[in-house]
Amino acid sequence: MQHVDHAHTIIELDRVCFSYTNEEVIKDVSLEIHKGDYVGIVGPNGGGKSTLLKLMLGILKPNDGTVRLFGSDIKDFKDWSKIGYVPQKTYIEINFPVIVEELVAMGRYGKQGLFHFPTKEDKEKTLTALKQVDMLGYKDRQINDLSGGQQQRVFIARALATEPEIIFLDEPTVGVDIKTQKQFYALLRKLNKELALTLVLVTHELDVVAHEATELGYINRTMEYYGNPEEFLKGAYFHELIGRGGLHH
Amino acid sequence: MLDLFSYSFMIRGFEAGIIIAVIAPLIGIFLVLRRYSLIADTLSHVSLAGVAIGLLLKINPLIAAIIAAVVSSVAIEKLRISKRIFGESALSIFLSGSLALAIVLISFAHGFGADLFSYLFGSINTVKQSDVYIIGALGILVVAAVIAFYKELVFVTVDEEAAYVSGIPTKFINILLIVLAAFTVSLAIPIVGVLLISALMVIPVVTALQLKMSFKKTIFFADLISVFSVITGIILSFYLNLSPGGTIVLVALGIFILTLFIKRR
Repeated sequence: MQHVDHAHTIIELDRVCFSYTNEEVIKDVSLEIHKGDYVGIVGPNGGGKSTLLKLMLGILKPNDGTVRLFGSDIKDFKDWSKIGYVPQKTYIEINFPVIVEELVAMGRYGKQGLFHFPTKEDKEKTLTALKQVDMLGYKDRQINDLSGGQQQRVFIARALATEPEIIFLDEPTVGVDIKTQKQFYALLRKLNKELALTLVLVTHELDVVAHEATELGYINRTMEYYGNPEEFLKGAYFHELIGRGGLHH
Repeated sequence: MLDLFSYSFMIRGFEAGIIIAVIAPLIGIFLVLRRYSLIADTLSHVSLAGVAIGLLLKINPLIAAIIAAVVSSVAIEKLRISKRIFGESALSIFLSGSLALAIVLISFAHGFGADLFSYLFGSINTVKQSDVYIIGALGILVVAAVIAFYKELVFVTVDEEAAYVSGIPTKFINILLIVLAAFTVSLAIPIVGVLLISALMVIPVVTALQLKMSFKKTIFFADLISVFSVITGIILSFYLNLSPGGTIVLVALGIFILTLFIKRR
């Protein structure tokens, strides 16, 4: 178990606003994520959860406000190998010719940089990442031959192959069964506790993540709550939400 | 059988044909997987306009085709990024626009001669030695570019968003791909002609995809099928007195259908 400095801020949002053409999707969101945090971002559909994630990753650019990664403004940030990303169940089409090992190896491509060819060390780290998610035995299998839960683990392995300090996951458990969901959260627990990885998880599973995360953010255009998950569950706010019918499962 | 090789034009035809056979699926796989196959057809029509301009201005039509294709490819990509034009209609505009331009220019140059036919359908028999050198040099460039940027091309094709987050310059890679496609399309004109280029870039790839293998293996098999189709097509066209371009594509198509049946079981 590694000693983690929970006071060390690695992600900072300062009054971030974002609109798709005319529709304001994110308004005035400020937050700080510290090393070792396990952050759950929840909220209603269309409330801006995934948009927030994409703003933190630089996929979208804010209309107002700043995003800082590891101390630098995201515009100047270059250390992308510190960041692992597991996108929403991606459109890996049927017949897409990729085997597991190839997909996970891609996690190291950005780190290698242009004009550098993968080395033996890269191959070893790819296999290590697969081992960490218990998918080493599947390395030569076609991605499409795997179940939803197995594919999910492969995508996590791809993020791990980067050897990141923080991993962002966007709605990773849409459409999986309970057993797979349990395995998934057990894996995240392991990544956060044993590998000291900071996690930011966007999910609609408020009930599950509230018991796993160290911080909970509830976003519905604005960040209506950000803090201790237990306080959120106990608090009047939560009951108000249920009353309002503001929770979606 | 071997009297075929005593003709120097046949040797040139094979040389150019094999180079094209190798690079066409190499680029084609990235286009097919990105659902961008139509770009090959679009660029081939633009190449035709380039050929027409070349014939009119009395410069090497192949070079003119390459320039037209490369310049248009960048324009098309910029248009696609700007999202101002709805999806495929951008390609449609270039496709029909350049064809119209080509037809007008060619009629302006007094008629649709045998020259036009060979550009439309390919003419292995009239491949000049200088063409072989151009195709060879640029072919090596295309292969080198794919090797140099292989991992970036694959990652952007499989998952552009994740590639972007990991620091890969996706905009550059997208432009690179389309420029390479432009080179490949225009280089293939002497062999299979404008109308059939996309077939050579797409059919061997789609065939290899049926085999459900890794990315690397798929490229390898697509190339194998493509080279086989070109060699067989040229040989068959020589002995049966058929259009080489058409024969090559029919061979590729035959292999595809065969693979479909075999894989059905």
